[in-house]
Amino acid sequence: MVGNHKKRMKVIVTILLIAGGAFASFPILWMVSSSFKSNASVFEWPPKLFDHTASLASYIAVITDSTKVRFFVNSYIVSICVVAGTLFVGILAAYAFSRFDFPGKGIFNSLIVSVQAIPPIVLLIPYMGLIVALGLFNTYYALILTYMITTLPYCILMMTGYFNTLSRELDEAVMIDGGTRWKALWCILVPISLPGMVSVGMYTFMQAWNEYLFALVLTQTTEMRTVPIGINLLMGQHAYDWSQMMAMSVLGSIPVLILFVFFQKYFIAGMSSGGIKG
Amino acid sequence: MDILGKKTAPYRYLLPTLILMTVFMVVPICMVIGYSLVDKAVVSKNPAFVGLANYGKLFSDTTYWSSVSNTIIFVVVSVIAHLVLGMLFALLLNSKYFTTRTKTIARVIYILPWVFTASVVAILWKLMLQPSGIVNYILSIFPQISRNTEWLSNRSIALAVVCFINIWCGYPFYMISILAGLQGISEDLYESAAIDGATAVKRFKYITVPQLRPILISIAMLDFIWTLQSFNVIWMLTGGGPVNATQTVSIYIYKLAFQKVNYSMAATAATVLLLICVVIAIFYVKQQKKVRE
Repeated sequence: MVGNHKKRMKVIVTILLIAGGAFASFPILWMVSSSFKSNASVFEWPPKLFDHTASLASYIAVITDSTKVRFFVNSYIVSICVVAGTLFVGILAAYAFSRFDFPGKGIFNSLIVSVQAIPPIVLLIPYMGLIVALGLFNTYYALILTYMITTLPYCILMMTGYFNTLSRELDEAVMIDGGTRWKALWCILVPISLPGMVSVGMYTFMQAWNEYLFALVLTQTTEMRTVPIGINLLMGQHAYDWSQMMAMSVLGSIPVLILFVFFQKYFIAGMSSGGIKG
Repeated sequence: MDILGKKTAPYRYLLPTLILMTVFMVVPICMVIGYSLVDKAVVSKNPAFVGLANYGKLFSDTTYWSSVSNTIIFVVVSVIAHLVLGMLFALLLNSKYFTTRTKTIARVIYILPWVFTASVVAILWKLMLQPSGIVNYILSIFPQISRNTEWLSNRSIALAVVCFINIWCGYPFYMISILAGLQGISEDLYESAAIDGATAVKRFKYITVPQLRPILISIAMLDFIWTLQSFNVIWMLTGGGPVNATQTVSIYIYKLAFQKVNYSMAATAATVLLLICVVIAIFYVKQQKKVRE
């Protein structure tokens, strides 16, 4: 009786697990499959997951089109600069929060936490005027600096937590030997904190790579557009070349997917700490 | 006073952050509030101060209220569905019926929708939801559903479809947080309950849910704030249409500012949205403090 019940439960749970997996992955599978089809057979009826037209043609079309390649180059430049900038600025701030007590610490800390609640659309309205006034409109700087506002809080909070786990004696040892705090930070703390930095860096990269709204408004010319905008531009441009759009989407997702697969553990740790936007 | 002295040291480390936060956050927020108090902000060289008149205008705009009601539906449906699906999938991934290997593979697959950027999510669902697309094909096994349903351009179903897509790409965040919480619940609790003869449903109700409560409240509040602001996926799927059927507050603001070039009214609606988000954020921070204590 009990054994039977267990067996039945196992069957039910297995069916649910497979159904959930299909729900999660089918759209992605369909995107990949469509990217290999010819545009004419994307809407073939009845649909097939793979058909005789399967080829790399749409991928080749994307990577040989200099406009589309430019989207990728832009996204890499912006994302890498955002990661470097966020880590540098964030580590400095985290060091201050972890190693000093100073007037205003509480206020600064809540200010940084509260940034995560501010809707991007609210900031975007004044950004338009501000970025033009600063002469940054349609430049990489406009994107890098504004992205850093959204990526910094997570970096500061995570790195402060990380530094707090490292003993203050480490810094003091350097300073007794005549070194400066600056040296203690960059030569001792930062190398030890590498795992934390990898996790923060990955998240930052993902956020920067996936950002859409700021890039939509703060850049204008096609040669300044990033991948998410580029994908969306394809929708409006020439009459819906679906297989090319899917190939571009797959290519645009690969950098983040690779990070995700290789650094899963960090991803999950970061996700469950709740500091990140979905 | 020595600027390189000990007292200024923490501020020197904070300086880059403070400059960035001031220029790109504090100043813009002041600007937005300022825009909302004047007429023809940005557009005119000498905008006239009108006090709270823009707020009066905003609250008497029926389009605004329809976007508010769309947003509420969107947020409530998304948050509840995320919670239910996230819980269900987390329980599945924590089930004792599967090997660790199966669970690890399943976890990767289940997180996937969350990894993709909004424009990919939008474009791939657009492909699937085309009238001659795969969704209609799969649904054609039910004869009562039309084979040519226009999912995104039908006024009465577009909002539901947009909600569904947002549910699809948002649940993994809940699932992972709940999974981490489930793994933190002591086995002893379940064992002693099993000895007392508690059924699975009772164990879920009296052990799992109360133990997860702080996590559930935190993630639901975070998700509430994020969904309230969501723009990207809806914008790329429908642009707020058909006929404003999927227009949320963020889209309303975007259209006002960047299509109708009415920065004053856009800033007014943005200030209201900001206030609501700040209030929820304060509750969130308080909740977090309670959890830590």
